[in-house]
Amino acid sequence: MSDVTSVLLVGVGGQGTILAGDVLAKVAAASGMDVKLSEVHGMSQRGGSVDTMVRFGPKVHSPVVSAGQIDHLVAFEVIEAARWLPYLKPGGRLLVDRRTIAPLPVLTGALPRTVGLESALIAEDAVFVEAEPLACRAGSPRSANVVLLGALSVGLPFDAGTWRDVIAARVPPRTVESNLAAFELGRQAASGAA
Amino acid sequence: MVDRTLLSGNEAVARGAWEAGAAVGVGYPGTPSTEVLEAFARMDGARAQWAPNEKVALEVAAGVSIGGARTLVTMKHVGLNVAADVLFTLAYTGVAGGLVLLVADDPGMHSSQNEQDTRNYAAFAKVPLLEPADSQEALEYTRRAFEISERFDTPVIVRSTIRISHSKGLVAVGERERHAVPAYESRYAKYVMLPGNAKRRRVDLESRLGALAEYNETLDLNRMEMGDASLGVITAGVTYEYVREALPDAAILKLAMLNPLPETLIRQFTSKVDRLVVVEELDRYLTSRVKAMGLQPEELPLPRTGEFTPRMIAEALGAQPPETRQPFEDLPPRPPMLCPGCPHRGVFYTLAKMGAAVMGDIGCYTLGALPPLNAMDACVCMGASIGMAQGMELSGGAGDRPVVSVIGDSTFAHSGLTGLMNAVYNGSHATTVILDNRTTAMTGHQDNPFTGRTLMGEKAPELDIEAVCRGLGVEHVAVVDPINLGRTERALREALEHPGPSVVVMRRPCVLLVRSERSPMAVKAEKCTACSLCLELGCPALSREESGKVVIDATLCVGCAQCAAVCRYRAIAVAGRVCEAGETA
Repeated sequence: MSDVTSVLLVGVGGQGTILAGDVLAKVAAASGMDVKLSEVHGMSQRGGSVDTMVRFGPKVHSPVVSAGQIDHLVAFEVIEAARWLPYLKPGGRLLVDRRTIAPLPVLTGALPRTVGLESALIAEDAVFVEAEPLACRAGSPRSANVVLLGALSVGLPFDAGTWRDVIAARVPPRTVESNLAAFELGRQAASGAA
Repeated sequence: MVDRTLLSGNEAVARGAWEAGAAVGVGYPGTPSTEVLEAFARMDGARAQWAPNEKVALEVAAGVSIGGARTLVTMKHVGLNVAADVLFTLAYTGVAGGLVLLVADDPGMHSSQNEQDTRNYAAFAKVPLLEPADSQEALEYTRRAFEISERFDTPVIVRSTIRISHSKGLVAVGERERHAVPAYESRYAKYVMLPGNAKRRRVDLESRLGALAEYNETLDLNRMEMGDASLGVITAGVTYEYVREALPDAAILKLAMLNPLPETLIRQFTSKVDRLVVVEELDRYLTSRVKAMGLQPEELPLPRTGEFTPRMIAEALGAQPPETRQPFEDLPPRPPMLCPGCPHRGVFYTLAKMGAAVMGDIGCYTLGALPPLNAMDACVCMGASIGMAQGMELSGGAGDRPVVSVIGDSTFAHSGLTGLMNAVYNGSHATTVILDNRTTAMTGHQDNPFTGRTLMGEKAPELDIEAVCRGLGVEHVAVVDPINLGRTERALREALEHPGPSVVVMRRPCVLLVRSERSPMAVKAEKCTACSLCLELGCPALSREESGKVVIDATLCVGCAQCAAVCRYRAIAVAGRVCEAGETA
């Protein structure tokens, strides 16, 4: 259904994809849309590959879609961006946090390190975001997920004020300021890139 | 417009039970069901408890129900295997206060050891089963399940799947109804299942099922959506949403209650459509029953394992697959792993070093089976490790290798005690390792009888694992902090040398539970010989550089120092000391 927008957030367990997906879903709901969010927790949280899908529009049926059907792919890490790329539809938007978290088989030397993924992703029109340095600038490296939301927000039809309200209500009270700053830096980064 | 809240399927089930006036919730944690009871526990006026296992949970619920109050029982699909003994006879006795079981299946086995389809249990145990398709229905069906339970004198299963439990959607919530508990009266003929009574209840059960089937024929929750009648689809649960999305114009019979089935309704629908298909994940539960009615649904090329997506359904009906980008080749997989500083790591490292045949169990520590630790030979179901170790010993197959079972604290409480009792009774020599990390970690840190706290956050008597083991007759019971690898190995060797059954309790809280006070470790590059021995621990904070030498990521390291204990060249030390020595690495 073309009137439903599908966003896929991918990363590594512990990176904050779940909170990011929750914020996006609440922003869509606060903007008067129907929304569904799908995530899987459990074993994959232990440092495994994680994915959260958020779909919004006038009426959303399925919480999930297949390869070739995602409008916005937000990767919190480079290898996961490459892994999930087939989900992005032709002409879809690809945002990637420019950091690589080596999986265990690479750390132990059982498999070689990945090479050339960044340039391959650039060939797929990836927009890279320096989420961690920007999050540090905003006051906390843990808000890298919100930097990415800021970058994502530029391409979505929601009011910036709604984003800020939802973020402020959703994150721990003492981190509201740094998260709102992180959101702004993410927005600026994506606006500059576009 | 009604105000709607974003709720997961699990939160919506909890809300539905609360709105139905359920007084008590009880269950055992298990993905994807865990959050139901946690959400219920947070609600005003609700009383929620973790039981040691699903069987006890359903027994408690049976008592609540016979006492007249409404109760919700939660578990994952395999939990119903444990509780099945209770369920099959509760179907005979029936209920007083409404009794609803939330059973969450895991198609695709995201966090489970099998993919069993709970719908079969409903037919087998002869109880009604409702299956919602989204969060709103999760709330409504749960509420309705309590009514059905009381009206038809039966426990009711609400079946969820992982895509319902862990998906969020907008839900219009309602108010809590007051459910008065009537004065209790003993009812021997209804609740004491001696053969004489059971025979009468058995006959009564059939008539209740007949009445339920009739009720289901006109149940307002079933929906016939007559679109283009050239194709008619019978479906239920989240699969309905996939079908609706894949085939916006198709005629759909969406069933809400899947046992007993509304045969007349199904025939009516079938008579209105040209082509009939049944779309269902996992077992061909509906397909085989629709066929048994003499109807002939077309066979679609859909898999019988794993989850569906809208595209899969569209393509099974002939749609062209969309254009997709080329996948990258040779990407390294990213399996889950034990956390940095996990107290289980050194135990598995030591067991692998000792060449033990390890019978494993269910929890985070099942990850000890993965490379590079490779320290588990078998893992089947909750509590199985202890009995399996005794069997391995009886087989003689392990030869000179020591035979060890490894089980977590919560899993030991769940169903390890009887296995250990058997080890004593039947004279096993196997060693049981209890990984006591003071929590039920895998499912998100729930309390259990050994942690000293309840689901409601109250203090509870903290059961003493060592005393329990001694009480069961184990003479050799040792306790070790497993991040001390030397002591861990000594304790294991002593236990294995003991002539009778033995237990080693590896006690250290889960690293995610207690913030580490220790400084991170670092590698002294000039001392590192690139032997890679420390990498055998499989700690994600350690990595191998091009040169073969190892570096430690200070942002991940919690300073457990298990790597330092493994290093033969004293090349790993607390990071601070390395800096003092003027190192640059």
